[in-house]
Amino acid sequence: MSADVARELTWTLPHAVAGTMVLSLNAYVLLGGADFGGGVWDLFARGKDRDAQRMLIADAIGPIWEANHVWLILVVVLLFSCFPKAFAHLATELHIPITVMLIGIVLRGSAFTFRTYDSKQDHVQRRWGRIFSVASLLTPVILGVCLGTVAGGAVPIRSIASLRTVTFGERFIDPWARSPFPWAVGLLTLALFAFLAASYLTVEATDDRMRDVFRRRAQQSQIALLVLAMATLVIARAENPRLFQGLTQGRTALSMHAVTAIAAATSLWALATRRFQVARLAAAAQASFILWGWAWTQYPWMLPPDRTITELAAPSITLELTLGLLAVGTMILLPSFIYLFRVFKTRESGE
Amino acid sequence: MTDLLFARSQMAMSLAFHIIFAVVGVGMPALMVSAEWRWLKSRDPMQLELAKRWAKGTAILFAVGAVSGTVLSFELGLLWPTFMEHAGAVIGMPFSLEGFAFFTEAIFLGIYLYGWKRISPRAHIAAGVVVAVSGALSGAFVVCANAWMNAPTGFRMVNGVVTDVDPVAAMFNAAAPSQIVHMTLASFAATGFAVAGIHAFALRRGTPHRAFHRAALQIALWVGLPAALLQPLAGDWSARSVAERQPMKLAAMEGHLKTGPAAFVIGGWPNVETLEHTGAIEIPGGLSFLLHGDPTAIVKGVDAFPPDERPPLAIVHLAFQIMIGCGSLMAALSLWGAWRWWRRRRGGGIPLPDDRRFLTAVVLAGPLGFIALEAGWTVTEVGRQPWIVQGILRTADAVTPMPGLVVSFAVFTTLYIGLAIAVVFLLWRQILKTGVSSTPLNFTSELPIPTPGSTARYPTP
Repeated sequence: MSADVARELTWTLPHAVAGTMVLSLNAYVLLGGADFGGGVWDLFARGKDRDAQRMLIADAIGPIWEANHVWLILVVVLLFSCFPKAFAHLATELHIPITVMLIGIVLRGSAFTFRTYDSKQDHVQRRWGRIFSVASLLTPVILGVCLGTVAGGAVPIRSIASLRTVTFGERFIDPWARSPFPWAVGLLTLALFAFLAASYLTVEATDDRMRDVFRRRAQQSQIALLVLAMATLVIARAENPRLFQGLTQGRTALSMHAVTAIAAATSLWALATRRFQVARLAAAAQASFILWGWAWTQYPWMLPPDRTITELAAPSITLELTLGLLAVGTMILLPSFIYLFRVFKTRESGE
Repeated sequence: MTDLLFARSQMAMSLAFHIIFAVVGVGMPALMVSAEWRWLKSRDPMQLELAKRWAKGTAILFAVGAVSGTVLSFELGLLWPTFMEHAGAVIGMPFSLEGFAFFTEAIFLGIYLYGWKRISPRAHIAAGVVVAVSGALSGAFVVCANAWMNAPTGFRMVNGVVTDVDPVAAMFNAAAPSQIVHMTLASFAATGFAVAGIHAFALRRGTPHRAFHRAALQIALWVGLPAALLQPLAGDWSARSVAERQPMKLAAMEGHLKTGPAAFVIGGWPNVETLEHTGAIEIPGGLSFLLHGDPTAIVKGVDAFPPDERPPLAIVHLAFQIMIGCGSLMAALSLWGAWRWWRRRRGGGIPLPDDRRFLTAVVLAGPLGFIALEAGWTVTEVGRQPWIVQGILRTADAVTPMPGLVVSFAVFTTLYIGLAIAVVFLLWRQILKTGVSSTPLNFTSELPIPTPGSTARYPTP
């Protein structure tokens, strides 16, 4: 291999894997995120038909949540095999929020399954349902806090010498607890997941009353989402000028925002005019652009402010093999996923 | 206790918890697919009921397995960041493969559990087969990664930095084949015996649904008994592999304290100071013969290793004895069952033995597979100490700098105890209680298997 090709590969391979990771995270947000959002709407189910709402949500996520959840595992596996230093670092510095998030993941999944298979008596169902829905509310917030902490550059890789002088609080708590920015991102994530779920449920609802319930939910959460997005920007401006610059300068960043805004407007219009298929698509597009907007802002840093994707990457051979496996795996996974969604997400035709 | 000890305890507890569900995820799909297969052949609604009942159990256990597995994949970094920093690039490949296998398993399990009415019976059983195969594969991939910790290869360590990474060589390390076979057989044996035990219990207690539980017992025994019969051979293979690559671990587990011709030690409590046993039965030359075919062959004992490279001798030896004991009992029961089966078949009767004595034995043997499994993993993991990667990286050097790990240990322990209670309670109610007392004979109509779009099963105000 010539030196040029080798140099080329040390750039291409890490970026290909990093891109795949954002893609997997994107899939997790659109699919797994909506499952968490479903839990949020389970918690906020109100009115005479609240049990019907909960049933619709349970039917929507029942067959697919476990498969959707694996996207997160894929992100983690890619992170630790292709960027082991970044994984080790983040797992150390964000030990506390990650632990809380894991507890949420465990409680959400198991309580949902227990509710499905436990006695149909009201109080039993309510008990599992409460755990499921509260965990569905908290987990996305913490996930967002973790991502926000990384994006804010609050967990830099420090020198051994500087590690000796930091206190426990400074190292393990302050990065995510002190600044409002990670929490703004956390709430934004929650609103986004709830918005996705409500938008999808308008399509999956079997009668007009349900469609109206979730149409209203989608509109409410879209507004919350827009407000939180603004708030996040304002906080970024005050707290983290560097991040704010990344978010607001450059043609690509601005056009990302423009596309996100168009998607949001489309979603609001489609919801208002009851074009639910369009609204679902617009919601998914909006979520994806928010995520890629973040990825672009952070680029080329994997751990802002000073570690790039290339610097943190594993040896090329590992990246090559992983990408090869991803290619082969996708050929098996993609048809499987399409089959899964065709079986459960197409109405009437399957029965 | 130190943070290191809490980190190890948390990891041990998480693994011990997850392994039960992981094993069930490998074994149960084989059971439910077998029942469904018999239903397709015979159109006997009882077999369909059985497949659905088992599918429900699988759903509950698989969900807990999936979430506790997620915890583990994060815990690798939360507790052992230095290990992952070095090992991630080397051993990430089997984890990626496991990711895909698990993905496939989750997708087709969703189709299997919720698709009874949505796809054709053939597509449905095919989905079940995919679940069973991908479940076994994902187990095998994870075991590959563990085997690498026992027989690290595919890299060089130069001044504390990992170089010359060869993930393929690392994945196909020398310890992997025997460990994979041993673990896969263990999955079938443990699940088969546990399920057989549950249904034998119902039969023994007396049930209006004898035929149902007999059908279940028959399939469960067919899955568990052959695996339990083959397991001693696989165990022997594993022990030879350990002897070759981890002589210290072998000496600890076999209780072979002093270098020389090795006796096979049964029972006994090793004294760490004097390197003497108390209360052991020794078969002279037994271990040397098992390993080398020669009762006088020299085998390295514990004394051949410096004290700071020895694992806790008593725990490893005791755990090993428990595993061997359970495995032997299971193999003996399998032989007895096979013999009885054969005799009854020749006698022209119903081949499945179902007298009280045999059922009692099956009930008592129910938990043995899982006990052996936990004990076996204790041998593997504690026996490798003080190393996290044999001979390369010490566990103490891999632990997170995060202090106060007692908190996360306490939190996860509480969480898992709660989950365990809930799971046992649910399975009890779902699998056994309804099967014995309240299910009417018209089985197939009484199926609260959730299907999307159905409205009957959620509480109405």
